[in-house]
Amino acid sequence: MNANATTNSGIGGSVRRREDSRFLQGRGKYTDDINIAGQTYAVFVRSPHAHARINGIDTAAAAAAEGVAAVFTAEHTKDIGGVPTGWQVHSKDGEPMAEPKHPVLAEGAARHVGDPVAMVIAATRRQARDAAELVTVDYDPQPAAVDMKAALADGAAKVHGDLPGNLCYDWELGDKAAVDEAFAGAAHVTKLDLVNNRLIPNAVEPRCAIGDYDSVSGEHTLYTTSQNPHVIRLLMGAFVLSIPEHKLRVVAPDVGGGFGSKIFHYAEEALVTWAAAQIKKPVKWTAERSESFMSDAHGRDHVTHAELALDANGKFLALRCSTLANMGAYLSTFAPCIPTYLHGTLLAGQYATPAIYCEVKAVFTNTVPVDAYRGAGRPEATFILERIVDQAAAETGVDPAELRRRNMIQPEQFPYQTPVALQYDTGNYEATLDQALKAADYAGFEARRKQSAAAGKLRGVGLSCYIEACGIAPSNVVGSLGARAGLYEAATVRVNPTGSVVVFTGSHAHGQGHETTFAQVVSDMLGIDYDAVEIVHGDTAKVPFGMGTYGSRSIAVGGAAIAKAVDKIIAKGKKIAAHLLEAGEGDIVFENGAFKVAGTDREKSFGDIALTAYVPHQYPLESLEPGLEETAFYDPANFTYPAGTYVCEVEVDPDTGQVTVASFHASDDFGNLINPMIVEGQVHGGLAQGIGQALLENCVYDAEGQLLSGSYMDYCMPRADDLPSFQVDTTVTACTHNPLGVKGCGEAGAIGAPPALINAVVNALNGGGHSIAHLDMPATPQKVWAAMQSN
Amino acid sequence: MYDFNYHRPASAADAAAARKAAADGVYLAGGMTLLPTLKQRLARSSDVVDLAATGLTGISRDGGAITIGAMSTHDSVATSSEVQSAIPALGILAGGIGDPQVRNRGTIGGSIANADPAADYPAAVLGLNATVHTDRRAIGADDFFTGMFETALGDGELITKVTFPVPAAAAYAKFANPASRYAIVGVMVAKTDGGIRVAVTGAAGNAFRATAMEQVLAGDFSAAVLDGISVDADYNSDIHASAEYRRHLVGVMAKRAVREIA
Ligand SMILES: Cc1cc2nc3c(=O)[nH]c(=O)nc-3n(C[C@H](O)[C@H](O)[C@H](O)COP(=O)(O)OP(=O)(O)OC[C@H]3O[C@@H](n4cnc5c(N)ncnc54)[C@H](O)[C@@H]3O)c2cc1C
Repeated sequence: MNANATTNSGIGGSVRRREDSRFLQGRGKYTDDINIAGQTYAVFVRSPHAHARINGIDTAAAAAAEGVAAVFTAEHTKDIGGVPTGWQVHSKDGEPMAEPKHPVLAEGAARHVGDPVAMVIAATRRQARDAAELVTVDYDPQPAAVDMKAALADGAAKVHGDLPGNLCYDWELGDKAAVDEAFAGAAHVTKLDLVNNRLIPNAVEPRCAIGDYDSVSGEHTLYTTSQNPHVIRLLMGAFVLSIPEHKLRVVAPDVGGGFGSKIFHYAEEALVTWAAAQIKKPVKWTAERSESFMSDAHGRDHVTHAELALDANGKFLALRCSTLANMGAYLSTFAPCIPTYLHGTLLAGQYATPAIYCEVKAVFTNTVPVDAYRGAGRPEATFILERIVDQAAAETGVDPAELRRRNMIQPEQFPYQTPVALQYDTGNYEATLDQALKAADYAGFEARRKQSAAAGKLRGVGLSCYIEACGIAPSNVVGSLGARAGLYEAATVRVNPTGSVVVFTGSHAHGQGHETTFAQVVSDMLGIDYDAVEIVHGDTAKVPFGMGTYGSRSIAVGGAAIAKAVDKIIAKGKKIAAHLLEAGEGDIVFENGAFKVAGTDREKSFGDIALTAYVPHQYPLESLEPGLEETAFYDPANFTYPAGTYVCEVEVDPDTGQVTVASFHASDDFGNLINPMIVEGQVHGGLAQGIGQALLENCVYDAEGQLLSGSYMDYCMPRADDLPSFQVDTTVTACTHNPLGVKGCGEAGAIGAPPALINAVVNALNGGGHSIAHLDMPATPQKVWAAMQSN
Repeated sequence: MYDFNYHRPASAADAAAARKAAADGVYLAGGMTLLPTLKQRLARSSDVVDLAATGLTGISRDGGAITIGAMSTHDSVATSSEVQSAIPALGILAGGIGDPQVRNRGTIGGSIANADPAADYPAAVLGLNATVHTDRRAIGADDFFTGMFETALGDGELITKVTFPVPAAAAYAKFANPASRYAIVGVMVAKTDGGIRVAVTGAAGNAFRATAMEQVLAGDFSAAVLDGISVDADYNSDIHASAEYRRHLVGVMAKRAVREIA
């Protein structure tokens, strides 16, 4: 990929991001920048206990404090609906998952550190904070369920007293009998126990929400830090507050990063919306960073046992995995589907493994809810697969690249039906592997290992061949799997009378550069100036509908919806042109921004057609409406399947266990690229997060459920000096089922990077004379050093 | 942050007086530690006495010692040509504290008064046998750090400057906490007039001297003599480093410092 900005502003041009002009000048408009006349401020009293009965809450002193407008507790909110989850998973026995109520304010019990117990609203933020300290909660601390295995044991403390235990569901996928049979006949079986470490998302902008209520019209408005304002309107309006859509507007202005954590509907959003109507004043809440640590949904947190069966030639015969997945104390919006439909279904990876079986027990614990975080389920699956394949290579003495190659799905096998429900449309995995190995000089690794050894360092190389299912998702498929909503996307393309275009998209942008990429698509398709296209998103009052941004779906689903709407514009334009040019509609072609009578020099420019549509003096009014504006809803036919090979080299300091990433090479197949520079930026960000997970980040709770990694002094975010200069390139097999041939690129780095890095560390240690099968993430100096001591 | 009275005295004497007059006063230096605790309402003071205008800055060399004003920022120490030429290890230590923002605000006086078990400066004070000067007296390094966040400073006692005798040679090796970048273990080794000194920070409740190492190094100043020497201390243990790992790192960092000198 060449990331230099180019002059091509159409599809394939590395146009500089237009949104950066306001972001880099500090002129973005975030939720916290919005202030409404008469606004009040909310502060939440949060539980300091992981688990406690609440015997009573004394709010009298707080309510009497200076400036206080209201103090709310569950006593006031108990008739409000619980925060819903959007996905229902069924257990092996056909029973639906356990779905305990998630009250907006704790009702009778607090179930994790940070669980909101009371809401204090005052004229100033400070007064609210002062008053919050005057709220006295009579807590009766209870034993907490923290470790997943312990939480499932008999007699474990129960997170929800009204449930039989802490099991949410016990799900399975795949043909267990076929897998057992394959294992029985295997020449070699590799076994591994893995932990996918729990992460705290840490978007740079903390969550913020403002509720506003117009008592004359009865309209509620919520300004919120969301990746999907329409989803919030749907969930909050229909399930929590019973407000019909036409009386509820949700605005998500500039949003400073989400990484999944701002998909979900949070109690605070519902509470400010509700409270604003109660007190007839706008109510604003902005999270402090420590609040973010204990109230934003966390990510990952899986414990897995995996087994891979191989024949004597190193061909994979079968894979089986058994996973415990942490749900935290309540089910967040997407939580149930992450370890199931975004995880189990990915276990084929790039390989033609004929039989796969996966079972997942989801567990309630007294911790913050766990939900989608960049990659969501797919990093966990990739970590299992790419670690166990590496370990199998080590055990059988086959080069890890060679073992992968032997098992890869071949180009002629597409469309390829995996044994875990997905059908891959296209790909060329071996070509991407070859490109990565060449670019990373895999063949020259031993020489570099020697150089490092001469400097007293252990060098290792690690591969990861990931696949992801993104562009989520076909509504009928996800519906059959338990989704309670569709996963299409909507777009309106409005052509103004003078020919400029405004696009309203349901794909929210919070760092992805949609305003640039989408404008490139439209300008390319319509043959008009890139600067004549404006992208609008993030307001339910403007955009027709939208399912939002996650699962690398923006270009593949949101972009496709825009392309479909543009197609409709062109189709209508042809009708208008046919009338003006006195030709048959079938004779009109649209090329380079002009409607032409095929085979003649008679044409009308796009601008002529736009003007005619709005000044319809010469117009087929009897058969065609004036105006030029079209809406499309696009529901994808399949997931898209980006895939790639990552090659990581590390150096380990044998004295301290310190790991340094020496080089990182990523070759990705994202299908067609709209803006290669933005794609490269997405890969860099994803890699940084993937390396962060593998090397630095770790959410730690103690046995009592106290969050030990609750600030940046203890939770280590990756910084520029932790990372090498990334080498990235791409291969292209165009997606076969969406109009742009695109696959999406937002999550790849976070999915593919962790196993490449851990494989490299294990390779370094074993190359240095140790004998280590696996190392859990993050590979901190202490952990690596301890591994070297024991083996 | 709770309300407090703010003072900005123009001299050390006025600062000490303002602090004494306050019901529950606190000095403010760079604010890197104090302000977050106030903001998070973990601490509350009736009066904040800002030392910014007291003139307690300046780095000078007189004879065999470098004197650093208490309000000198980490960055000013790191970039001081006096420090770089006389005690390069001290400049390197200061330049390795936190990040640029922290180095531009945080001060030597604040760091030493705060006596965070993971702070870097305590290793320098102890390893280089510095003297801490206050508005009341001079305190020798060996008497200064008394416990976790505890020092010999009396109530309201103000650090004015720190004097570091110039050693024949010194080196500082730090193993940083990847998140905070404070020291998990930091070791200052110095050849001083009074002999070899090895000071360890980060490992235990407060900085301490590894006397077992000092003794063998006095006989043979080489990294090899440190093999097998395990320094006993009441080691800290946390999510980043166990006591055992810290004990190991003391050895590794000490050897690195010795190797750099030798
Ligand atoms: C993100 C971050 C990273 C950091 N990393 C490191 C690191 O790697 N290594 C390291 O060593 N430190 C580190 N620090 C600490 C920092 O460098 C400061 O040294 C420390 O915060 C105290 O210095 P200050 O000048 O900011 O003091 P303040 O915060 O203003 O004061 C600290 C305490 O000292 C008292 N005090 C201040 N000056 C005097 C004085 N002259 N006399 C008596 N009492 C006084 C104050 O009353 C207060 O109690 C880090 C801090 C942060 C925020």
